[in-house]
Amino acid sequence: MQRFLNDPDNIVDETVAGFVRAHSDIVQLDPNNSRVVVSRFAGGENRVGIVTGGGSGHEPAFLGYAGKNMVDAVAVGEIFSSPTAKSFHDAIKAADGGAGVAVLYGNYAGDNMNVKMAQKMAGKDGVDVQTVVANDDVCSAPLEEREKRRGVAGEIFMWKVGGAMAATGASLPAVITAAQKAINNCRSVGLGLGPCTLPAVGHPNFEIAAGKMEVGIGHHGEPGTHVEDLRSANEIADDMVKLVLDDHDLPAGTEVAVLVSGLGATPVNELYVLYDRIAGQIEARGLTLYRSLVGNYFTSLEMVGATLTVMALDDELKTLLDTDTISPGY
Amino acid sequence: MDDIDGQILIDFFRAAATRLDMDRQRLCALDGEIGDGDHGTSMANGFAAVSRRLQQIKGQDPAPAQVMRYAASAFIGEVGATVGPLYATGFLEAARLLEERRLATTDLAELIDAIARGIALRGDACLGDKTMLDAWLPAGQAARDAADAGAGAAQVARAAAEAALRGAQATKGMIASRGRAARLQERNLGHLDPGAASAAVILEAFEETVTEA
Repeated sequence: MQRFLNDPDNIVDETVAGFVRAHSDIVQLDPNNSRVVVSRFAGGENRVGIVTGGGSGHEPAFLGYAGKNMVDAVAVGEIFSSPTAKSFHDAIKAADGGAGVAVLYGNYAGDNMNVKMAQKMAGKDGVDVQTVVANDDVCSAPLEEREKRRGVAGEIFMWKVGGAMAATGASLPAVITAAQKAINNCRSVGLGLGPCTLPAVGHPNFEIAAGKMEVGIGHHGEPGTHVEDLRSANEIADDMVKLVLDDHDLPAGTEVAVLVSGLGATPVNELYVLYDRIAGQIEARGLTLYRSLVGNYFTSLEMVGATLTVMALDDELKTLLDTDTISPGY
Repeated sequence: MDDIDGQILIDFFRAAATRLDMDRQRLCALDGEIGDGDHGTSMANGFAAVSRRLQQIKGQDPAPAQVMRYAASAFIGEVGATVGPLYATGFLEAARLLEERRLATTDLAELIDAIARGIALRGDACLGDKTMLDAWLPAGQAARDAADAGAGAAQVARAAAEAALRGAQATKGMIASRGRAARLQERNLGHLDPGAASAAVILEAFEETVTEA
């Protein structure tokens, strides 16, 4: 694939520079750390701060969700690499308004370790930090080992709910409880049709043969459950709904929020083709669609494919989901 | 007998940075097979960051513990990924040890064990989990055996480097239970663990440093 590229080693710095310039009404760069993007609405007095972070290459995640009633500060890592412990620590400092900080992030080994170190560093500053670790990817481990599952696009609902709860002036434990409920209620699946390439490496890390698709693929190309022949969009949508809802066991009448995200190179119109069938299948199962998002919300460089996330709602989650948000990504 | 002093450690970090930079693509390719393909970049950039920081204290005859603290700080501040916190914690353990007492170059095993202890603590991994510890732990043992047998500094360092390389090769027969490779289960059998491969490169750099000192 041909790329818009200068020096691959500078791609993250250049991404961040363009991002903060384009969205300067919503975000700014942390003056002390060029890998921390801070919402202009951050640091509200006695409001719980919301922090996230992760590797680059998933834009608009993670930095695109900085903003009003969403994430206050985002630690930015190299492509597909966890941010440093120092960046998470600086993001915590930037988000802190005196009421503690909730770090809401995805379940990856590097992020787990760097957040843990940052939490300890922030503890020495006297900042109360609690975490929620997203684990919504159904194909990455069986349900009974949910703590091993990866975090994927369900994180967007987790940030939305956590940020909205913080905006109500809720305490840190209440924000954590709401964000945890949001991710507990999310299930996601990824479907890969084509691989992605780290710009600094220059060739794909994995292959998906012509005419094949990888079911359950992860956000960095982690292998899914199996590879099979590519089928029609409707058949794929049916499979995605089945994988997600069979893991969920929702009673009929449950209201749900649905997110269909492209993985980077799939045209948006194809996402709507998938969505149409997905929505019909969800309704055919007796569930009610309350809110839907379709677009490139959480990508994996130029991977071809899509993810489906379904979040089960209750009255509290519906209220939080309906809170106004200003952020480049949502 | 020579000590592991600040200058040896500075030279070692520079040698490791050079070797890891040369091995960048190979390590990324290994990682691409069972991980996400960034390991070579993280390691090469990390050790380059350490080398840059150490330029600040070059010629000031820094204490060896101070060199290790600078290295840890570079990993905390500039590396991220999994290797950032793992090596940062390993280097901090080494710094603590070097604050307690000076080590002779033949005491390399103690330095390696301290680094491995920090890595194991942070990553919650053991021998046989198909991680960098499968290079670091046998290297410590081999260095101890060589020193006990009366070997000199260069031979001790060579024994450690060779054991690390053998340990890394042995990861091909292991199934990962930690990190991203763990998600692959038996599909990662037959692949060399990139973290163990880079650990072997680091220990080769130590051998080079001691041999040329």
